[in-house]
Amino acid sequence: MTASPDGQGCLSVEVWRGRDEGRFQTFAVPHRANQTVLDVVTWIQRHAEPALAYRFACRVGVCGSCAMTVNGRPRWTCRTHVSKVAGANGRLRIEPLRNLPRIKDLAVDLTPFFEKWQRAQGRFTPTRSRAEPLAPVSPESPARKAADAGIECINCAVCYAACDVVGWDPDYLGPAALNRAWTLVNDERDGDRRGVLRAASAGGGCHSCHTHGSCVEHCPVGLNPTAGIAGLKRRSLLDLVGRGVP
Amino acid sequence: MTPARLYLLQRATALILAPLVLVHLGLILVAVEGGLTAAEILGRTRGSVGWGAFYGLFVVAAAIHAPIGLRNVIHEHTAWRGRSLGVAMAMLGLLLAGLGARAVIAVVAAP
Repeated sequence: MTASPDGQGCLSVEVWRGRDEGRFQTFAVPHRANQTVLDVVTWIQRHAEPALAYRFACRVGVCGSCAMTVNGRPRWTCRTHVSKVAGANGRLRIEPLRNLPRIKDLAVDLTPFFEKWQRAQGRFTPTRSRAEPLAPVSPESPARKAADAGIECINCAVCYAACDVVGWDPDYLGPAALNRAWTLVNDERDGDRRGVLRAASAGGGCHSCHTHGSCVEHCPVGLNPTAGIAGLKRRSLLDLVGRGVP
Repeated sequence: MTPARLYLLQRATALILAPLVLVHLGLILVAVEGGLTAAEILGRTRGSVGWGAFYGLFVVAAAIHAPIGLRNVIHEHTAWRGRSLGVAMAMLGLLLAGLGARAVIAVVAAP
């Protein structure tokens, strides 16, 4: 780390420039206390390279739009502190997420990611109109607990970028879409739980998972998509004898 | 066949194969270390319903298990997809079953 005017030193930051073809461009960025990787990227765009393309919105770990590859690992950059990833030498290498088409620099096209949510039928099918009273759902029921365990996904695609099977098999739905399907299969209010189960266990679905656990390892909000996918596998086998969905 | 059925078949045959493979490997060690000749081995296996059932089950399980696994590997690591892959793997299963049945008959059937 080199000295900076405030005495805290400079980070050496390599940033991917271009699309599939491109190169790393190195920037010296002032190191600050409590600085996040997103702060670093924003500093570069505002002070060094206005043409740098990247994506972010909320900056507080809710919107899931700022994920990038940082020193080889997919991370949510707004909640990743530089001090945790840069090491003693103050070096960062920032690239776009794996397994998604690149648009420019650090921005990737999330279309395949969200199309697979639809293929997995990752959408709620209502059974009541807004004129009817709310459905009573016991938070203590095993199904609701299973749904709650996976419901906080922020759609950041970190798990999708971390998954080896997604990299091998372009048909594979990926951890996030299957995790969403698992929450719906366990949602007693959903009107087509069997349809969700069948969509999630069709070709490229839950049975393609190798249980590597990379999604669990990298999920920034601590979800366990692998457990949900294992649940989908079990339910799809029970569905062969008509007992997949209660 | 649906992915769920293929998954079930592959896991079920793996459960069957695991103990059978261990017994088979143990048997090889016993036969080699014990110095049994081919004639002595055939003397024990010919006409044996037990060994016929053991290796018959082994062949059926392997003929189902291997093509499903190979299909997954090919699907993940090559561009080969679709019905032609499924047909080719079904033919591989039949080939394994045929070759295995021939071997079982050779050691179990009376001369």
